[in-house]
Amino acid sequence: MSVLSDSMREKIAAYLPRYPQKQAVTLPALHVIQDELRCVPQAALAEVAEMLELHPSQVHDTLSFYGFFRHESTPLGTHRLWVCRSISCMLRGGEELLAELSEKLGIKPGETTADGRVTLEFAECLGKCEGAPCVLWDDECHGNQSVESVLQLIAAENGATHD
Amino acid sequence: MTDSPLALLARVNRPDSQSLASYLADGGYSGFQRALGMSPGDVTDLVKRSGLRGRGGAGFPCGLKWSFLPKDHPGPVYMCVNADESEPGTFNNRILMEHDPHQLLEGIMIGCRGTRATTAYVYLRYEYGRSFRTLERAIAECYAQGLLGRNVQGSDFSLDIHVHRGAAAYICGEETGLIESLEGKRAWPRIKPPFPAVEGAFRKPTVVNNVETLCCVKHIFDRGVEWFQSIGVPPDPNNPRDAGSYGPKLYQVSGHVNNPGCWELPLGVTARQLIEDYAGGVWKGRQAKAVVPGGLSTGFMTREELDTPLDFNGPGRVGCLGLGTAAMVVIDDATSMVDVLYNSCRFYAHESCGQCTPCREGTSWMTKILHRIRTGQGTLRDLDLLAEVAGSIGIMPGTTICGLADGAAWPVKNAIQKFRHEFEEYVAQKRTSADPLRELVGAH
Repeated sequence: MSVLSDSMREKIAAYLPRYPQKQAVTLPALHVIQDELRCVPQAALAEVAEMLELHPSQVHDTLSFYGFFRHESTPLGTHRLWVCRSISCMLRGGEELLAELSEKLGIKPGETTADGRVTLEFAECLGKCEGAPCVLWDDECHGNQSVESVLQLIAAENGATHD
Repeated sequence: MTDSPLALLARVNRPDSQSLASYLADGGYSGFQRALGMSPGDVTDLVKRSGLRGRGGAGFPCGLKWSFLPKDHPGPVYMCVNADESEPGTFNNRILMEHDPHQLLEGIMIGCRGTRATTAYVYLRYEYGRSFRTLERAIAECYAQGLLGRNVQGSDFSLDIHVHRGAAAYICGEETGLIESLEGKRAWPRIKPPFPAVEGAFRKPTVVNNVETLCCVKHIFDRGVEWFQSIGVPPDPNNPRDAGSYGPKLYQVSGHVNNPGCWELPLGVTARQLIEDYAGGVWKGRQAKAVVPGGLSTGFMTREELDTPLDFNGPGRVGCLGLGTAAMVVIDDATSMVDVLYNSCRFYAHESCGQCTPCREGTSWMTKILHRIRTGQGTLRDLDLLAEVAGSIGIMPGTTICGLADGAAWPVKNAIQKFRHEFEEYVAQKRTSADPLRELVGAH
């Protein structure tokens, strides 16, 4: 039984012509998998390795370096919420924002709400320092945030505006 | 758009600034047309003559970098665009990509004409989702218009541009870490030499250029070398090694100011001008205690050093690491430098890739020592220990492969030297700092 669906395999294979070496498709493949499955299951490593003609340990080596990809025991929730804690945000209340959101959501950074909707993480500089404190909500960064505005994003569910 | 006093930001915030149609209507891709009519050697020469220095942090002359590529190599040659903008306080590349993607693409095309690169990879930090979508649309427009692909406009020039998304690791902004990551490996920087120009991506000659640098290239081809050199600071006649600080620069200001933002200004404005004339002054009627001149790695300037010109030489003259990314972070006089330095050390400890022991252990121990100080357990000896560790990690003392450790060490060196009295007082009074995250994510 394959962990990778046909459509995921197609998406991964579409990256192959872009690079002279198949190993370069490692990160794109891991993104395809995590976007779809909210984690990278152990069994997927072997399947990616086979597609890219690598040893599974090579895929694991890259995956484990980034701290970005989730183990199947702790998948991402439906939405990802990253709160910046680096210098520009820290100076304008970023750490307090993260701590208060943690309390409101009842989870620590790294954890997912019991209903599986939101995974909270701390982030290092998100590159929106003119709008400190800022958060990354799914694939969109929002500046000048407060606990109230972030809770509104969560309540709206569709906070990620894919323009 | 050549009549605008602005170049890099001229189209930002204009309606429809992202589309190819509006870019062409503004005279876009005329610089590329000019480059297409020139030989690669002449393209590189023009960039060399302009004096353009890299905007990513190191300030290396761009044309010189291109000229390091072997002349007789059978190819392929690769261009890597460093869009992994992650230096704390830095956000100008994001603005350029989100608002004017074709400006960057034109710069890439000219760069690839000059370097004979046939494939360009834009290594984009994962967090820039909006930049990703904007660039993907702009690249598709270029293929549809025949500006990318094989034999562009019937010429001998062929180019593919691909966006490659990272996975939230600061080290991928180091050019050889970027290459390793692109190749699908852990982003461990490589020992140099060989430099990427000789052996880079996929072991082929490779040029790595920053987003803002390539955007400057576009304008040099639009407006000419004389225009570029009419802006900024010429080389110091008394220093034969000084390459000068020519051209416009995107200055970013964040932290404790009334009006944080990004401004295109001639290289060489002062920190005080940025705070007072552009960023609306220090917030809450306070004074600046310190400023980071160019991204966290560059260290701290004191209130007395605010008149330092922020060109490629200025910050170094007051003991900072350099101009960096020209991302200024303003720290007000109600803020503890102990807390600021802890935040800095925690960042580098988190982002050290772990390859070199002095960096992996040094950044971690500096964070632990500051944690100790912040919980009232510090001693005066800890201040010397911090300075000792900071002095022993990095390329400069010769103990690490890449400059991450130098960037981690510099804020420590500057803070302990320039604000020693504040640290001594903090330790002597056994002060402590609130840490909202301590129970949540541990000490670091």
